[in-house]
Amino acid sequence: MKIIVCIKQVPDTKGGVEFNPDGTLNRAAMLTIMNPDDKAGLEAALRLKDQYGAEVTVLTMGLPKATDVLQEALAMGADKAVLVTDRRLGGADTWATSTTIAGAIRNLEYDLIITGRQAIDGDTAQVGPQIAEHLQLPVISYAMDIKVDEAAKKVTVKRQYDDRYHVIEAKMPCLITALSELNEPRYMSVGGIFDAVKAEITTWGRDDLKDVDDSNIGLAGSPTKIAKASDKVRKGAGEKKAFDSPEESVSYIVEKLNEKHVI
Amino acid sequence: MEFSLSKEHEMARQLFRDFAQNEVKPLAQEVDEEERFPRETVEKMARYGFLGIPVAKEWGGQGADPLTYAMCVEELSKVCGTTGVIVSAHTSLCVDPIMTFGTDEQKQKYLIPLAKGEKLGAFGLTEPGAGTDAQGQQTKAVLDGDEWVLNGSKCFITNGKEADVYVIFAVTGKIEKRGKMMKEISAFIVEKGTPGFTFGTKENKMGIRGSSTYELIFTDCRIPKENLLGQQGKGFNIAMHTLDGGRIGIAAQALGLAEGALETTINYVKERKQFGRAIGAFQNTQFQLADMATKVQAAQYLVYAAAMKKAEYQKNPKISYSVEAAMAKLYAAEVAMEVTTKAVQLHGGYGYIREYDVERMMRDAKITEIYEGTSEVQRMVISANILK
Repeated sequence: MKIIVCIKQVPDTKGGVEFNPDGTLNRAAMLTIMNPDDKAGLEAALRLKDQYGAEVTVLTMGLPKATDVLQEALAMGADKAVLVTDRRLGGADTWATSTTIAGAIRNLEYDLIITGRQAIDGDTAQVGPQIAEHLQLPVISYAMDIKVDEAAKKVTVKRQYDDRYHVIEAKMPCLITALSELNEPRYMSVGGIFDAVKAEITTWGRDDLKDVDDSNIGLAGSPTKIAKASDKVRKGAGEKKAFDSPEESVSYIVEKLNEKHVI
Repeated sequence: MEFSLSKEHEMARQLFRDFAQNEVKPLAQEVDEEERFPRETVEKMARYGFLGIPVAKEWGGQGADPLTYAMCVEELSKVCGTTGVIVSAHTSLCVDPIMTFGTDEQKQKYLIPLAKGEKLGAFGLTEPGAGTDAQGQQTKAVLDGDEWVLNGSKCFITNGKEADVYVIFAVTGKIEKRGKMMKEISAFIVEKGTPGFTFGTKENKMGIRGSSTYELIFTDCRIPKENLLGQQGKGFNIAMHTLDGGRIGIAAQALGLAEGALETTINYVKERKQFGRAIGAFQNTQFQLADMATKVQAAQYLVYAAAMKKAEYQKNPKISYSVEAAMAKLYAAEVAMEVTTKAVQLHGGYGYIREYDVERMMRDAKITEIYEGTSEVQRMVISANILK
């Protein structure tokens, strides 16, 4: 089985985000991480590899610096990595991005494509389903569990909804978008890191994309115009505790306030 | 001289840091309070290769270098001194001598599962009457047919009851050296479960309380002849070689403890208010922190330099890293003690309370000045080298 996982390098929003005057993200000024939903997608692929044996290829589009997340993915256990990078592809919105990625994927063999549900920088959740559309594949979004029947060449996926889940079956090849709640991604391994840094990363530019028209890539090929961008309003995760009596609750709260030197 | 880390080392540090924060830190207080060996952490560390870092891939390891290993112990010890020493004792004191002196058969049988973390290692040199003075050894091994018969006991053994494979030193005869009769010491590999090998007292310690520190007892314990490690009579050299490497591990543990205490204190002084100001606004606090940070940085350079010297030694065994390892351990251990003590002081009354990590860090730090060669022994090693 061949699995392609699309991953994205995103700003680590834990450290706050910074914007350029034109409303786009000032990516150079921020620490970066692998997008959490994508990491869950990669973990799902690696679990399928552990279970059934599979070749996992990670693919990203971005600046050369995006090599960092590809190396991280290799160190976690991915087999191959592809970086799509070209100045002509810069400034892409979801349409231009998905067109580009689909153009890259047309060069690869696959049974399954996994993407994250959405990236924490754009929060659109559009790129995964758009890639499926370009490649004319079935798409199952918001996956919280993935099972593969290799013999029958089909997947069975639990798709999360607010108040329920759907169990959906699809023929492979297909595209699945993963939620960060899908799993707890593994760490890199020490030996994996040393191999990853030495590993060759396939790098493709505009000219390597298959069946892609210039009018659909880069800033010029992006119909989206940003009206306004803002940081998310954040609050702490909080803590939920249940006690038998009000006395116990109060003493716990007092203890916590003491701990934080509030009182 | 390079003062920047390679990409591999940066990534490895990130891995160790994430792992320490998510998996180790949440257990640190409980492990200390309850003197509980964190078995679940050991299993997770095995999965990610932490137990075979400087071992070649062909022997089940990760194919990384001594610096990566030192950084692992450092990052773990930042949040939990117990977890740091578990990895250090396993890697430096058991994996390393088998990797260096073992036969291919011994490596196949013991090194591979140790490096994969399927088995945990320990090292038994110290005896009630033989600490710094290794010649005081009483444990004996006598060859009887195809077996060595061990009798005696070892004390203060880290990973004591939790390990599966032990490198044990014993007297195998007497030899004349420069006109004096000396004990001939040899090294052996002993498996847990061997008849005649039992455990004595569990030590109730000041710090690193989650690490399993036991007395090992050998009563007519018969092990196969082929479990002799290295040549007969070379035990002292094997022990000294092993401790040179071990000192880098303990130096890294000490460094981690100092860094952990410093980080915790930096956060604390920004929050804690007295006389209407954060205590970090007082010059005493600032100067204390400046001294602590400077010493921690110096300790880090010494520890990394020793680890990098060991990497050179692995390419060219004529190079010695004994002095660098001794300096790193001496300095990092003393810095750990000083920085953790100052951290407690800067925390005031809270620093004396068990819930605050610096209290544990100060107790954990003390042992780094004692085990795997006391600070006095390190001074002997260093001065002997400069006066020779």
